[in-house]
Amino acid sequence: MNPAFSVIFLTTLLGTGQGLFLALFVIEARVAAGLLAAPSAAFYPLGAAIVVLLLATGLLASFFHLGHPERAWRAAAMWRTSWLSREVIALPAFMAAAAVYGWAHWQGWQGTLLIGVAGAVLCLLLFLCTAMIYACIKFLQEWATPLTLVNFMLLGCASGVTLAAALAALRGEPNVPELAAWAAAFTVAGLVARLASLWRNARLKPRSNLQTAIGIKHPRIVQKAQGFMGGSFNTREFFHGRAPGTLRSVKWLFIAAAFLLPLALLAAGMAVDSPALLAAAFAVQYAGLVAERWFFFAQANHPQNLYYQAVS
Amino acid sequence: MKQLALVIDLNVCVGCHACVTSCKEWNTSGTAGYMADMNPFSRDPTGTFFNRVQTFEVGAFPNAETVHFPKSCLHCEDPPCVPVCPTGASYKRDEDGIVLVDYDKCIGCKYCSWACPYGVRELDEHQKVMKKCTLCVDRIYDAKLPEAERKPACVLACPTSARLYGDIHDEESVVSKAIREAAGYTLMPEWGTQPANHYLPRRKTEMRIHEDELERADNPLKIDGRLPKPGVRDPSLDDVTSW
Repeated sequence: MNPAFSVIFLTTLLGTGQGLFLALFVIEARVAAGLLAAPSAAFYPLGAAIVVLLLATGLLASFFHLGHPERAWRAAAMWRTSWLSREVIALPAFMAAAAVYGWAHWQGWQGTLLIGVAGAVLCLLLFLCTAMIYACIKFLQEWATPLTLVNFMLLGCASGVTLAAALAALRGEPNVPELAAWAAAFTVAGLVARLASLWRNARLKPRSNLQTAIGIKHPRIVQKAQGFMGGSFNTREFFHGRAPGTLRSVKWLFIAAAFLLPLALLAAGMAVDSPALLAAAFAVQYAGLVAERWFFFAQANHPQNLYYQAVS
Repeated sequence: MKQLALVIDLNVCVGCHACVTSCKEWNTSGTAGYMADMNPFSRDPTGTFFNRVQTFEVGAFPNAETVHFPKSCLHCEDPPCVPVCPTGASYKRDEDGIVLVDYDKCIGCKYCSWACPYGVRELDEHQKVMKKCTLCVDRIYDAKLPEAERKPACVLACPTSARLYGDIHDEESVVSKAIREAAGYTLMPEWGTQPANHYLPRRKTEMRIHEDELERADNPLKIDGRLPKPGVRDPSLDDVTSW
């Protein structure tokens, strides 16, 4: 596929926001259970505001993907069949929950943990919807695997918790070591899951080939013309147009920037007690995840490309 | 249930692109808006088409064949593009099985084109909505047209009658007979989309002449002439036609 930056920013910003929300919620739950020291009163509202900001930015980015953004409200209609429609419902619902969660903390309401539970459930549903948009297209074999869902959740949590650690460190909150440890754990888990999907995708055997595409059983079929000399939607939308070497470079780039460098920066940040290094860990990891998502789209090989192998 | 479809005979398609141009001519003139051509007279021209004819070479010289392959929406019986549409703009009609896009509801998210393995949906660069073959739905039911012209424009345009049109669920229709008798097949059956459009394979045209058709088996002496009359009492194939 040809990666669209609107969707890359949508999925990465959503993932970060969701991971940050889950981090806030788990901190509050563990503080309530007496397992952690309580952060300052302003930490939750600030965190929730950043969650809402990240989600709103992601939502804004998604509008650039649409041909008719003014009709976007219609996209909630087909939630019975379409994961995209379900995401369109789950995203504002989760945003509202995150906003209420932050507001409740700001106002000092009781029962914020209950709002947090509702938000966490909506957050997990949003992960499910976002990932299933890609995982449910069975002939995009690179995506049609449970690993897609696992990766979206783990990578979202990794970047979100790293952001939580950086935020806590910059504000001098007490729970930085715990958050940094969680962030490292999610990053390692994300690396393992992403390597698993890379390993799987490298061994995929495409189910469609030129023989099934035009229904002629002959071992040697060569396309001589695709029906037009200029470009078309089919030649632009479904292929990234880069050399295989570029793809390999991006793969190593995101393995380093989304996983290895943030782990090193997290360790260094904790070792020398430097909030700046934790913030750098988040920045590097987010950039790495943008590259990761670019690769995720570029790697998917759409069977329609079988029909567009030669101009003439 | 009716399922209208095209059956395309690859054995007689000559790759003339008449179906492509007639399709564009008819559908760009409709009330649903024109099919945009961007930069038609400059670098990188691009445009919306519902139908494309592609050319493949099968085999290696000297045993090579050129196959012209027209490709348009296959109006799948289980269309993967329809359930993914978030707005319901993509739908499959119950009454005749045509897969259509409601241009007024489409938000141009392109998700349906991702969910079509055949690449037959194209985003119109001007209208910013997804477009695809409508099987000339504004033509085939037009009572103002003579009965014989109530067919998709591509079918009428084809000079070799490579494109057949009809209801594949009606066993007596021309398309059902063609599929049945000429081994019609579907594209990418591995995904279970059950395309309604079928293709008829290339066929080797050979004369089948047996030796006894060239030389009479009942003339062992190779003397051409009238056969000797059998005797009156000789047995014959049937007693009626002998004497």
